Amino acid sequence: MYAVIVGGGKVGANVGRALLRMGHEVSIVEARSQRFATLESEFEHMARYGDGTEIFVLEAAGMARADVCIAVTGDDEDNIIIGQVARDHFGVENVVARVNDPRNQEHFDLLGVAPTVCATESILSLIEHEVPQHSLVHLFSLRRENLEILEIQVVEGSRAEGVAVADLQMPPGTLVISVLRNRVGRVASPDTVLGPGDQVVAIAEPGQDSALMELFASE
Amino acid sequence: MFVVVVGCGRVGAQVAHDLVEDGHDVNVIDQNAEALQRLGSDFPGEFVQGVALETTVLEAAGIERADAFVAATNGDNTNLVIAQIARDRYLVDCVIVRVLDPARARFYEEKGLVTVCPTRTAIDRMSQALRAFAGGDGEGG
Repeated sequence: MYAVIVGGGKVGANVGRALLRMGHEVSIVEARSQRFATLESEFEHMARYGDGTEIFVLEAAGMARADVCIAVTGDDEDNIIIGQVARDHFGVENVVARVNDPRNQEHFDLLGVAPTVCATESILSLIEHEVPQHSLVHLFSLRRENLEILEIQVVEGSRAEGVAVADLQMPPGTLVISVLRNRVGRVASPDTVLGPGDQVVAIAEPGQDSALMELFASE
Repeated sequence: MFVVVVGCGRVGAQVAHDLVEDGHDVNVIDQNAEALQRLGSDFPGEFVQGVALETTVLEAAGIERADAFVAATNGDNTNLVIAQIARDRYLVDCVIVRVLDPARARFYEEKGLVTVCPTRTAIDRMSQALRAFAGGDGEGG
């Protein structure tokens, strides 16, 4: 697989290293001359100097034959344009983009640049997972596929308490994946009986939060 | 008509003035408060200070009722993103975007945006002037 990474900061460089270790071919495009010099000493010819939002720079980096474009600069408007140009001008099938400011997520969604990764959102999800403020936590979102993975705590006295997974009346478009009990997760089997305090990890189509809350978290 | 202009530099400020002169309502957005000086104290429209990528800023300038939208900040990518937001999210009928890079201007023109590329214009005019010279007295020079 050939990956063109645009933006050679910590994120870009580490993604590049990881892909190389997996045996893939990589180019890293970096616009800051000092940062480029650092990258070049490590990545040699795989590092490329230039503004990755310029079409001729991407062309020289071989974007036309890339299997994946990874847009991870520090500017969200740049990442959106890189994603659009890679997909619509060069015909790259897979685009992954970084969202720096979570308030810009809606722009990525509107303009069709997906999937996206946002560090702030990931950190918030982890905090919610570690220190739950609500009984339902969104762990991961597959926007393009219209699916999300979420975690919900079984409340004492809820309809789900004491019920086996096979007998749960799950809302449409949802499925239990695993059950976490005393911090140990197990893949759910049909005969797993839910107890209060259990955390159920489910995959769901968006919009089922209230139905899930009603089943697991309402007394 | 009602127009929102983003970017209050030489281009944006003068476009805003021209539109006001023609009797239109114009609001202007710029992230720099000092840009207000370019509009002058008698400018009748509103000036909103803020980053145009933020929908709260666009909405404060009235984008939801805008008939036309001009993206003329000094960042090509910012202009291209906010122009698409104006067109696709706020359904503004007329969206005009300034893009300095001719290649990106052509690409987004093909994608249906009305782009204005001053660099392209400069290249064409200079080449034209030189060719006219070469074809006239300058032949063989």
